[in-house]
Amino acid sequence: MVRIQITVDGQRHEDEVEGRLLLVHYLRDRLGKVGTPVGCDTSNCGSCTVRMDGQSVKSCSVLAVQADGSEITTVEGLATGEWHPVQTAFKECHALQCGYCTPGMIMASIDLLEENPSPSEDEIRHGLEGNLCRCTGYQNIVKAVQYAAAQGGAQ
Amino acid sequence: MIPAQFDYVRASSVDEAVAALAEHGDEAKVMAGGQSLIPLLRLRLSYPEVVVDVGRVAEMAGVREDGAHLVIGAMTTHHEVIHNELIRRHCGLIAEATETVADPAVRHRGTFGGALAHADPAGDLPAVALALDAEMVIAGSGGRRTVPAEEFFLDYLQTAVQPDEVLVEVRVPKLGEGWGYRYEKFHRVAQSWAIVGVAAAVRRSNGTIAEARVGLTNMGSTPVRASGVEEALNGASLERIGEAADRAAEGTSAPSDLNGKADYREHLARVLTRRAVTAAAGS
Ligand SMILES: Cc1cc2nc3c(=O)[nH]c(=O)nc-3n(C[C@H](O)[C@H](O)[C@H](O)COP(=O)(O)OP(=O)(O)OC[C@H]3O[C@@H](n4cnc5c(N)ncnc54)[C@H](O)[C@@H]3O)c2cc1C
Ligand code: FES
Ligand code: FES
Repeated sequence: MVRIQITVDGQRHEDEVEGRLLLVHYLRDRLGKVGTPVGCDTSNCGSCTVRMDGQSVKSCSVLAVQADGSEITTVEGLATGEWHPVQTAFKECHALQCGYCTPGMIMASIDLLEENPSPSEDEIRHGLEGNLCRCTGYQNIVKAVQYAAAQGGAQ
Repeated sequence: MIPAQFDYVRASSVDEAVAALAEHGDEAKVMAGGQSLIPLLRLRLSYPEVVVDVGRVAEMAGVREDGAHLVIGAMTTHHEVIHNELIRRHCGLIAEATETVADPAVRHRGTFGGALAHADPAGDLPAVALALDAEMVIAGSGGRRTVPAEEFFLDYLQTAVQPDEVLVEVRVPKLGEGWGYRYEKFHRVAQSWAIVGVAAAVRRSNGTIAEARVGLTNMGSTPVRASGVEEALNGASLERIGEAADRAAEGTSAPSDLNGKADYREHLARVLTRRAVTAAAGS
């Protein structure tokens, strides 16, 4: 067992974990942060995307021990009384159907907008290429990112 | 799925990593960004008894100049490579090819050294390292040794790095004045691996091609140099690029798989080589 210390959505946690424990399972099974789903076995779908020290990562492809000492933000940590502007944008633009990909899409979109506050449609599609949606055909997801950018971006 | 059990060792220096590997031999595996290793652990295609994490080894991170070379730490992430000023200025081909690797989240974790040590024939960076005549600095119990790219990639997922060794850094000759470059990657859907890729660096002088280096991705079990093309381009005028590119598949042994048969890949290699060399000679 390895002792780790991780801050998740602003709250500090200390735990003993096995080396093989995936970050996504630590979040879901230990901390009850089930807002972050698992969608694949191949690191392709991006539904498990969270931010680790300010950068998007696929939490199914990070070991909890690798995240030791880091700060994690999940979709559950975005709203501070009010919704995060990217959450609002997804609602306004109807950028989801079943919602399974949505937490990852939102986390990846925030990352994209922080790096590039006014992305072109092409840049949005490339910036979200690690996130798969099986329902929407992506059109409204792209619109939501454009909407969020027009409203002032990731902040 | 969940990886099989292993002991986790976090190395804080190259010496510590090498010592851990020497102790556990074949049972141990180095982990850099984990973006290839963790998927393999999860599918239990790999089940080491010990994982040696080099993710926090400071001496394996960062990029520095050393005379005519850039020295790129093995732990430099794809994201850092893309945004690094020195790499963009002196070895822009690496940054350009790295932009085509995977997706932003994978590029935040995956590393330059990991991509070379993993040596996937469809990986984009081995052919780039080969085309740029990079040298790999490898540490083991006996000290450090430097292996040129052409002796580094041995076979499918197999390199000169032995089980008790660590790839520490990569020395890349700077491309000086007059060099242009282009990485051409053909893939069908976003975020996917190259069906074929071509890395070209070309030096122009007085309107002709003075020197060309061309590396091919996924045209065999290792990256290969298109030496026929390089030979044909030596001293050639720009009008001869198409003719030279027709030799791109010479001496290759392209795989046949669900993405395409060998003859289709050979066709792609010729077309992409023409495009890459034309762009490199024009820029
Ligand atoms: C969804 C997805 C898409 C991808 N698409 C592409 C793509 O289009 N093109 C592409 O080129 N790559 C692609 N990759 C792979 C990506 O580039 C990986 O980052 C890279 O192959 C491995 O780097 P890593 O640092 O994560 O290495 P790890 O996964 O940590 O290690 C990979 C292997 O290399 C060994 N190793 C790593 N570092 C060292 C070292 N310093 N010394 C000795 N051995 C070492 C490990 O033991 C392991 O066997 C993709 C990956 C994913 C998950
Ligand atoms: S669960 Fe699909 S990428 Fe993580
Ligand atoms: S909304 Fe259903 S997968 Fe994207």
